[in-house]
Amino acid sequence: MKVSYFPGCTLKTKAKVLDYYARKCAEVLGVTLEEIENWQCCGGVFTTSTDEVATKLSSVRALMNAKSKNQPLVSVCSACHNVLKQTNAQVKNVADFDRAVNNYIAPDEYHGETEVIHYLELLRDKIGFDKIKEKVVNPLTGRKIAAYYGCLLLRPGKVLAMDDVENPTIMEDFIRALGAEPVIYSFRNECCGGYIALESKQLAKEKSNRVIENAKGKGAEEIVTACPLCKYNLEKNGCADIPVVYLTELLAEALGVKE
Amino acid sequence: MENKNNVCKEIIRRSGVNPRKCMKCGKCSGTCPAYDEMEYHPHQFVSMVETGNIEPLLNSKSIYRCLTCFACVDRCPRGVEPAKIIEAVRLTVVREQGKNHLKPDQIPELLDDDLPQQAIVSAFRKYTK
Repeated sequence: MKVSYFPGCTLKTKAKVLDYYARKCAEVLGVTLEEIENWQCCGGVFTTSTDEVATKLSSVRALMNAKSKNQPLVSVCSACHNVLKQTNAQVKNVADFDRAVNNYIAPDEYHGETEVIHYLELLRDKIGFDKIKEKVVNPLTGRKIAAYYGCLLLRPGKVLAMDDVENPTIMEDFIRALGAEPVIYSFRNECCGGYIALESKQLAKEKSNRVIENAKGKGAEEIVTACPLCKYNLEKNGCADIPVVYLTELLAEALGVKE
Repeated sequence: MENKNNVCKEIIRRSGVNPRKCMKCGKCSGTCPAYDEMEYHPHQFVSMVETGNIEPLLNSKSIYRCLTCFACVDRCPRGVEPAKIIEAVRLTVVREQGKNHLKPDQIPELLDDDLPQQAIVSAFRKYTK
């Protein structure tokens, strides 16, 4: 199976390992991630206002590129995924926005046809956690891993539509498929502070610490995330004293391709 | 007065939110991760935009405290989506000439070796035009 792939700015720089193992594990599972040619940064966060058009065109171009190949568009960074999925939904559902976007991209046309999925959805819905379980050669037996969803992976729920926003299971099922034990804790879908790290270190510190303390209080020995900014906040502002790893690192370990 | 009403109308139009749906339960503010650092809280944004009391919001640092985490959007029992109102107020400010909240020359001193690019582009997206 071939899918279109949008890596995003941070996966080419500070989070190379997230990208590297995403591709490597996909190959092991029989999927090729075809990087979109000349993709441009998604902008990191979605602007909800429907009169904000130009800043969303980079996402529209990536969506159009995937459409031209008749492939779903996959990303692994929570932020890229959130922006691409919300932009796609806005083109599809808001007539004024669709019209403005199509003025910019004429003579091409785009109306939200592309299926946008996160890497976790690729694993769950296109490959299947049961199939992944069969491919595990190094089960992570006995490890207590807390899934950190943060905010961008799940919300807004009616657009992202990946899982139950308040009681998600996709990452816990992923952890189980790799042979480890998921740790359920209250703050797994609460914000780490995100980009406020640039504006108020104090706020980022408070938000990240309450996530770490809550996870540790429930017995977590490591935390898994899909988002480079979550990882940064938990490690640098939250002073995490347990490992914070990317989901693709765990997957690579279990599939026996971690270097 | 005329101008103030126009600003409010524009904010409501831009946000796509109907503030009159709000039943003032305060759940948005209760779930807001930035609550402690906000002078005006999400439920107040909704109410102040509805009543036209917009000046205090335009001049408050609260508009830069929203983390775009969408917690208030998903947890509002009436589907009001307060984050969209806060964003529409912030855009009203930063779209004015010279009103960018973050300037490129501030960036070098904010950098550290691990800071992901994602943090910088997100902050620019939210704090500038």
